Amino acid sequence: MIKGLFKKPKNDLEPSVAGRIDKPAEVNIPHELCTVCPGCKKSVFSSDLQENDCVCPNCGKHLRLNTRQRIHMIADPDSFREFWADMSGSDPLGFPDYEEKLRAAELASREAESVVTGTVRIGKNPAALFVMEPAFMMGSMGTVTGEKITRLFEYATEKGLPVVGFTASGGARMQEGMLSLMQMAKTSGAVKRFSDAGGFYLAVLTDPTTGGVTASFAMEADVIAAEPDALICFAGPRVIEQTIRQKLPPGLGRAESLLKNGFIDKIVPRREQKKFIARMLRAHRKD
Amino acid sequence: MNAKDHVAAARAKDRPTAAKYIKGIFDEFTELHGDRCFGDDPAMVGGVARLGQSYVTVIAQEKGTTTRERAGRNFGSAHPEGYRKALRLMKQAEKFGRPVITFVDTAGAFCGIGAEERGQGQAIASNLMEMMMLRVPVLAIFIGEGGSGGALGIAVADQVWMLENAFYSVISPEGCASILWKDPARAAEAAECLKLTAEDLTDLSVAEQIISEHEGNFEKTFAFLKEAIGSFIAEKQQIPVEELLRERYDKFRKIQ
Repeated sequence: MIKGLFKKPKNDLEPSVAGRIDKPAEVNIPHELCTVCPGCKKSVFSSDLQENDCVCPNCGKHLRLNTRQRIHMIADPDSFREFWADMSGSDPLGFPDYEEKLRAAELASREAESVVTGTVRIGKNPAALFVMEPAFMMGSMGTVTGEKITRLFEYATEKGLPVVGFTASGGARMQEGMLSLMQMAKTSGAVKRFSDAGGFYLAVLTDPTTGGVTASFAMEADVIAAEPDALICFAGPRVIEQTIRQKLPPGLGRAESLLKNGFIDKIVPRREQKKFIARMLRAHRKD
Repeated sequence: MNAKDHVAAARAKDRPTAAKYIKGIFDEFTELHGDRCFGDDPAMVGGVARLGQSYVTVIAQEKGTTTRERAGRNFGSAHPEGYRKALRLMKQAEKFGRPVITFVDTAGAFCGIGAEERGQGQAIASNLMEMMMLRVPVLAIFIGEGGSGGALGIAVADQVWMLENAFYSVISPEGCASILWKDPARAAEAAECLKLTAEDLTDLSVAEQIISEHEGNFEKTFAFLKEAIGSFIAEKQQIPVEELLRERYDKFRKIQ
């Protein structure tokens, strides 16, 4: 332990021990009860963080939220009905180690795939809902992900429901090869049919929304909101730096720069999302 | 041939680029420029072409041949304005009832600061949506590299044809190897796993037809394509539009 105190952090990503030294020595908190906010680097009680929808009470940083927490946050009590909950990923190409990765992702996220779909009421407004799960292989889009989203848009078209979608994704899932890429076209087709039938689609882009999801249904909504500071891009900052070998301007690919450049409608902090979504759903109700 | 050999052949410097196909297949071609929003992207070429008695709209990713031209065309990696030009010309084709023929040859949509700032993701997303319901026949021909979303951005089509050495992949074999195994040197192995060859993709129903390269005698390939595109147009124009759109939707819908 003593050794650690004198260790200089190698870079910004490695947490400095300095923050921890400030704490009164006698308060000995087990690690699991505390979370270090990646924004302000301060320790916060995990229970405080949970009560605050995983938004840091010190700096307002929006930490990643799992699908069930998100649904709980925006759905009217007991209004969520899940569809196709048992659909889980397979290994269509026989890709090395993919089966094991799928099982590990299931354990890590406690979800069967990277998206949860169903119907819900938000401020008394009925809607079809999809929520992507960043803890399942970084929300990457496998064939089941694409299939569930496509089915949801088809269902919403048939029932005349609006669609609310929360995106979080590293993009296409390479272990499913071209079958994954084809989900971009498939979901886009379903969104287009839904849109042509007069359906209202509201997307909330959360950290991170990248690659094939950005280049398909994330950017196809009628109203696009984003969480503060969320990374939203086609190519991630590291990929761009490697391609052009230049330092990137600060904030590139963050929600605030997308708002400035005209690619999203609004940045909506978590605590205002339910009200915002309910208001937009009400504005587009057909009955 | 292994997957890696197809990848190498598809990227070979002396391989004909889209310009040769356009010249070899169509009876005349008038290039049209610009996206009407920001600029004209030389990596994406488009215009009106004549094939016998029919007019079509041609969209093509062009890598260029000389070093200077390659650099000028950004090695065939289009910016958002390229995808928006493609969409403008496709909507124009729809208005005048012209079938759309696209030639795909790109390592991927460009990854850069300007591309992000001008909405690369949004540009591709709107092409996917609009192409799915474009009320004219659409044919995509993969002539070399088919790099992920950058290729798909002009390839939501009624049929996908692939030259025998062309490939189409969700990620480059090098990118896949470096992410999965932290070792870009294992690209050959990744190429195999990704199932990216014309043969793999016809098996997976991603592509409909493999086009022979006649052992490098591309003039023969162009002659074949001239005939084949003519038949494709004649056949698809018989089909009522609503049915054409339903078949296109179902073609992608069934991939799961």
